[in-house]
Amino acid sequence: MCLTCGCGSDEVLIRGRKLMNRPKAPVSFRLHRVEAKIAEDTQRIVKLEQDILHKNDRHAQGNRELFKQHGMLALNLVSSPGSGKTTLLVRTLQALQGRYPLAVIEGDQQTEQDADRIRATGVPAVQINTGKGCHLDAQMIERALPEMPLPEGGMLFIENVGNLVCPAGFDLGEFAKVVVLSVTEGEDKPLKYPDMFRAAELMLLNKCDLLPYLTFDVELAETYARRVNPDIRIIRLSAVSGEGMDAWLSWLEAQHLG
Amino acid sequence: MHEMSLAQNVREIIEQAARDQGFSQVKTVWLEIGRLSCVEQEAMRFCFSAAMQGSVAEDAQLEIIDTPGRGLCPKCSHEAEIENVYDACSQCGSYGLQLVAGDAMRVKELEVV
Ligand SMILES: Nc1nc2c(ncn2[C@@H]2O[C@H](COP(=O)(O)OP(=O)(O)OP(=O)(O)O)[C@@H](O)[C@H]2O)c(=O)[nH]1
Ligand SMILES: [Mg+2]
Ligand SMILES: [Zn+2]
Ligand SMILES: [Zn+2]
Ligand SMILES: [Zn+2]
Repeated sequence: MCLTCGCGSDEVLIRGRKLMNRPKAPVSFRLHRVEAKIAEDTQRIVKLEQDILHKNDRHAQGNRELFKQHGMLALNLVSSPGSGKTTLLVRTLQALQGRYPLAVIEGDQQTEQDADRIRATGVPAVQINTGKGCHLDAQMIERALPEMPLPEGGMLFIENVGNLVCPAGFDLGEFAKVVVLSVTEGEDKPLKYPDMFRAAELMLLNKCDLLPYLTFDVELAETYARRVNPDIRIIRLSAVSGEGMDAWLSWLEAQHLG
Repeated sequence: MHEMSLAQNVREIIEQAARDQGFSQVKTVWLEIGRLSCVEQEAMRFCFSAAMQGSVAEDAQLEIIDTPGRGLCPKCSHEAEIENVYDACSQCGSYGLQLVAGDAMRVKELEVV
């Protein structure tokens, strides 16, 4: 049984039906078996060459297919704790409500607080509590999806556990990772946590309303982010004052269309 | 501490291989952990022994192969070893090197009985 999500290795595949009824798993799902050489009578070497994240990636692929089937734009919001993901989501949902079907999956180690904040807007939210786990993985998302009405043809926002390290390595099947960096965290974060900024397509520089009170160098932060990921898009905004929200909403609409 | 869930994945991979290939004890596990992957070697060693308790690899020796990072320059096509994913090209100074090795996390092979 796996410690992260409790599923067994002989587990049912992605949301049952389609994948489960296949006569056998696709080649890429199976172990790369290479004939074992017999070293002695009983002792031998077994070559596996198997990716440790293979199983997560398989579940992520299932999620991705499901999102596609239902025409949903799924985004994975990642950041350090307290950068403003939930505040930003609440404001985003308020702006998009009535125009798109919406849903949120909230990941936190403990409490339902963030999901409650989302539900207060009227948008359905499922809370995943990871306990000691420091990231969401694809199986958790797979299990959360049947717990909510799917936003057919709309948008699904996944707020990851506040952690700039390992959520970078776990594909959830999302269309894109969006990294939120707040100006109170320091310019050097993209260099200190390069994997996350490399994995993201968009960086939202949040809490820009606080810039007058800080020595934060916006240009430098953006230079560092581009050094790690030359293709990253960057939007400066504030989830509190609302500045920059239009650019973020336009980005969302463009991804939804495309 | 995501090394624990990764070590648990390693256990599952090994147990599956034991069922498929019919062995009952693992003496050595070779893991490839790229230097630019998100895994801390020491944390993995610690979690490995905990995660293997009660499995066919309970007393297995862990050998970690730490492959160095290699970057390919999109401008001048120079390929070289790198320390960080954001290093500049040692030939022309450009950023945005493409990672061609060093981020793998793989169960390479097992010595089994
Ligand atoms: N001044 C200012 N404060 C903000 C802004 N966005 C969020 N905050 C504040 O930052 C704090 C953390 O915000 P949250 O939205 O809970 O952050 P989070 O990223 O969801 O936090 P976790 O889920 O715990 O990781 C709260 O006190 C917010 O009011 C902003 O744009 N400007
Ligand atoms: Mg939150
Ligand atoms: Zn599992
Ligand atoms: Zn983690
Ligand atoms: Zn170069």
